[in-house]
Amino acid sequence: MSTVDGLGLYRTVRLIRRFEERAVELVRSGDIVGGIHPYLGQEGVAAGVCATLGKDDIVTGTHRGHGHVLAKGADPARMLAELCGRATGLNRGRGGSMHAADFGVGVFGANAIVGAAGSIATGAAWARRRLGMDTVAVNFFGDGAVNEGMLLEAFNLAALWRVPVVFVCENNGWATTMRVADAVAGSITARAEAFGIPATTVDGQDPEAVYAAAEAAVARARAGGGPAFLECHTERFDAHHTFEHKARLGYRSAEELERARSRDPVDIQGARLGQIERERVEHDVETLLAEAVTFALESPFPDPVGALDDLYASGLRPRQGSGV
Amino acid sequence: MPRLSYLKALNRALADELAADERVFVLGEDVRFAASNLTAGLVKRFGQDRVLDTPLSEQGFTGFATGAALAGMRPVIEFQIPALLFLSFEQIVNHAHKFSLMTGGQCRVPVTYVLTGAGSRTGWAGQHSDNPYTLFAHTGVKTVVPATPADAYGLLVSAIRDDDPVVVFAPAGALAVRDDVDFATLAPIPLGSGRVHREGTDITVVAIGHLVHDALAVAEELTGEASVEVFDPRTVYPFDWDGLAASVRKTGRLVVVDDSNRFAGLGAEIIASVTEALPLLAPPARVSRPDGAVLPFSAELDRAVQPTREQLAAAINLTLKKD
Repeated sequence: MSTVDGLGLYRTVRLIRRFEERAVELVRSGDIVGGIHPYLGQEGVAAGVCATLGKDDIVTGTHRGHGHVLAKGADPARMLAELCGRATGLNRGRGGSMHAADFGVGVFGANAIVGAAGSIATGAAWARRRLGMDTVAVNFFGDGAVNEGMLLEAFNLAALWRVPVVFVCENNGWATTMRVADAVAGSITARAEAFGIPATTVDGQDPEAVYAAAEAAVARARAGGGPAFLECHTERFDAHHTFEHKARLGYRSAEELERARSRDPVDIQGARLGQIERERVEHDVETLLAEAVTFALESPFPDPVGALDDLYASGLRPRQGSGV
Repeated sequence: MPRLSYLKALNRALADELAADERVFVLGEDVRFAASNLTAGLVKRFGQDRVLDTPLSEQGFTGFATGAALAGMRPVIEFQIPALLFLSFEQIVNHAHKFSLMTGGQCRVPVTYVLTGAGSRTGWAGQHSDNPYTLFAHTGVKTVVPATPADAYGLLVSAIRDDDPVVVFAPAGALAVRDDVDFATLAPIPLGSGRVHREGTDITVVAIGHLVHDALAVAEELTGEASVEVFDPRTVYPFDWDGLAASVRKTGRLVVVDDSNRFAGLGAEIIASVTEALPLLAPPARVSRPDGAVLPFSAELDRAVQPTREQLAAAINLTLKKD
């Protein structure tokens, strides 16, 4: 076991927290169109898991995916530029919030289809092993995904072929407006155990607890032990999607929300640091994000002429929609 | 000259690409024992690591191939039943196909999907007899429907070497076709390049897949009455519009025979695109499956909803009389 870098974890959860708060502001100001699924409250999961990974390791994320992208090491300025639809964005303005990717640091994309990335992460990890590398892939998904058949197919393939993939379920208690209790028959971990995948439940609000559990799972996968499963109990502090800031759907009571927010991963990790080092991190994060916002908002929008550039890796150019 | 069957040509293309590139591997259901014969002999030659038998998990192993491709491999998936494409449509269209654009060109997804036995197989009924190449062409996925053994070889090789996802439909009606082929001439055929199988001056018949052979037979029957040119696009997406335009400029008349359903089928697109661009001497015609067809079981009923030579001959004659 390596020693946990508590300061590094704090920096990551703080970065994600403040990034998301700034992003929500940019949704309100109209600079981010289409809205976002804020990762607020779940920062400890992405931070704890990604701290156990190397640059070449792979992650696949979700529609609520900003935390995974940032924790894996993508540049926050280019990430924010992507959310703002700018040419300087990670995906050159072609992906946005739900598809942000940075293959240079192993982010094989946030993915907007619930449960679909499990098999992609499994295939990627299998391929890297075949190519002689000791890469591990981590597939993040929410509690809503555990009822998707294609995710269960991925569990089966991963276990059958002892693929170095770690499945991380971020159980925040809600699939949009549906409670876990109304959606999940049996248990979440039993789904993994049914395929012979060892499953651990961990407090997702404690970044160091997540780190410890993830480190064991990742080490096991890297050593050839096959897939592992982590269920991280976490809390969604904000809406499913920012459209709810206007359309109040009323499925969550004020009391429940207050209870959810009472265990804050940023506070939990911050309390482990001295005031001076904590404030230094906070100052650094503010500076970084101020620069990121400036970078994003001052970046040019992509040229519509190239809207379908990159549709084909082979460079094929499709016909235009109008022959005129 | 040696005889080469269409199925053997596909098998040979796969073997050649497995031998040429360590990153190529095959996966699918029952590929180890080559239930469809596509993968015959490959396990013995390349081992089970490169010819990967999968459980019945079409969505799972199709997504798995996308991930493997993103990580540097070049997977070839075999689907033995065309309707399995409906199960894996989401993985192909919504992930494999979209990754390049959505990531701003950060990655490539070189997966090949081979359909061994697309279209009617006579007696396999509603859920085993589709030929959904138009669906993939519509979504922009590169889509190939070879008609002859040499084209099957050359197009499968190109599909595997292509950096984008490519679906290769091998029609059941073409698998048994055999040609005299000089193996030394087998070569990759670029995607998007059509072929004139038979030159003519009165009318252009566009035929897809196994229907190319029907079109050639009808053209032969009409010798003396009409000079029929048979154009085979080979790749339905991207389509060889220049090749087809050259043919239609010469003949001035157009009939399309294809195994799509009529409504919003490939024939509709071909006729619309040609008539937008070129004047014709007579209204064009299509021969296809009926609107929204489901193939019924009983052999006579199965044949009743497939395009026939009689329908094609009638469409050609009608088009020739209309000017």
